[in-house]
Amino acid sequence: MLKIENLHATVADKPILKGLSLSINAGEVHAIMGPNGAGKSTLSYVLGGRPGYEVTEGSVTFMGQDLLALEPHERAAAGLFLGFQYPVEIPGVSFVQFMRESANAQRKGRGEPPLSGGDFLKLAREKAALLKMDMEMLKRPVNVGFSGGEKKRAEMVQMGILNPSLAVLDETDSGLDIDALRVVGEGINATMRANDKAVLLITHYQRLLDYVQPDFVHVLAGGRIVRTGGPELAHELEEHGYEAVA
Amino acid sequence: MTALALPTRKDEDFRYADLAALERVWPVAIETIALAEGEHRALSMVNLGVRELVIVLAPGASLDLHVLNAGPDYGRLALRAELGTGSRFNFGAAQLAGSGQVLEVVTEVQHLGPDAVSQQTVRSVAGGSSSVNYLGKVHVAKGADGTDGSQSVRAMLLDRQSAANAKPELEIHADDVKCAHGCAVGELDKQALFYLAQRGLPPEAAKKLMLQAFVAEAFVGAADEEALQAQALAALEVML
Repeated sequence: MLKIENLHATVADKPILKGLSLSINAGEVHAIMGPNGAGKSTLSYVLGGRPGYEVTEGSVTFMGQDLLALEPHERAAAGLFLGFQYPVEIPGVSFVQFMRESANAQRKGRGEPPLSGGDFLKLAREKAALLKMDMEMLKRPVNVGFSGGEKKRAEMVQMGILNPSLAVLDETDSGLDIDALRVVGEGINATMRANDKAVLLITHYQRLLDYVQPDFVHVLAGGRIVRTGGPELAHELEEHGYEAVA
Repeated sequence: MTALALPTRKDEDFRYADLAALERVWPVAIETIALAEGEHRALSMVNLGVRELVIVLAPGASLDLHVLNAGPDYGRLALRAELGTGSRFNFGAAQLAGSGQVLEVVTEVQHLGPDAVSQQTVRSVAGGSSSVNYLGKVHVAKGADGTDGSQSVRAMLLDRQSAANAKPELEIHADDVKCAHGCAVGELDKQALFYLAQRGLPPEAAKKLMLQAFVAEAFVGAADEEALQAQALAALEVML
């Protein structure tokens, strides 16, 4: 589904990713762990196509397409979803309006008919319930006045509505209390655990991986994957730290 | 000065005006809106051209005036509001300028008696080589204690050639007054634009959504809020 080869990327002319390679097949869950400054968030932004994150070498193929040649909104329509570490507040724009327009823009990009207002609300209600989120909150402006945990849950509601093929979730577990962590973990499983989907979890901690069990765990350090293993690697990291393991 | 002489750049109220366009419509007739004691009225104006208003609010009167200024080429609303004791003037204006346009709002709000409230909210968007202007004076007369006057002015620039001029002014001759003014010129938040794009919105749709929300702040409380928003959206679609 996703094949990253020898990826080099700079931010403000500073090299951050230095030869990162990673393959993710449909049906798999991968976790990337690593110390601060290793390039974890940069990887998610490069995949999303954020302006200012420049690829200097290497390639990314997503479902047979050259991902790097696509605009950010085209990547979304192709089935890529980015869960933001810091979801952005957008005053004055209601969550429901934002999501409906986004979903329909994606559908248009894929040549599908738009969702009617009623169908969209039904879908939104269903996904909000899955994340135990009050529908009233989703009538409010996007992320404005949401707590850290509510923002992360709202991200997962968005993921449920947009139904992507690949979700790259950047520290979706940060800012969550124990109960919210379980709800978010279950939300990820319900939306993304399927034979034709895949997940890339970027995280600092083992705890989310108790709910969303990865097939592969990678250690990112110095802009490259320095070690790959099974779920046991995450436990090893938790116990001994990055320096001892990587 | 004769009343009919065409203004020049030296006239403070016309320093950013499109004088060539002004000459074609000069002189401009002054329209008076006078409210009787305790009367309430709500008015909306859309695409006004060049207008000049004198608003007189008798004690306890209240006027809601909402304006969408989107052209045609030169749009100018100049108003002087005279506020009597305990009256209320709520003014919201959105200006949407596409390439080549000059749009401006020039206000002078005079608090002549005590305890009057004035609130001005101006939201302007300038795209291409356009300019949007706001010149606003709040004058509090001697003895007009208990005055509450506020000006909230924000402008969004979409292109390098776009310009915004804002000049909020206060002139206070009373002791017990509350006057607030905020003024900011900026660009659309790039982080938010990327966030919207990552969810699938093409750049124009993302900008439109954010600008729609920005402009809507000027229409809060308008009797025909939805109609104004729909017209603003149509104007935005032309600009983007």
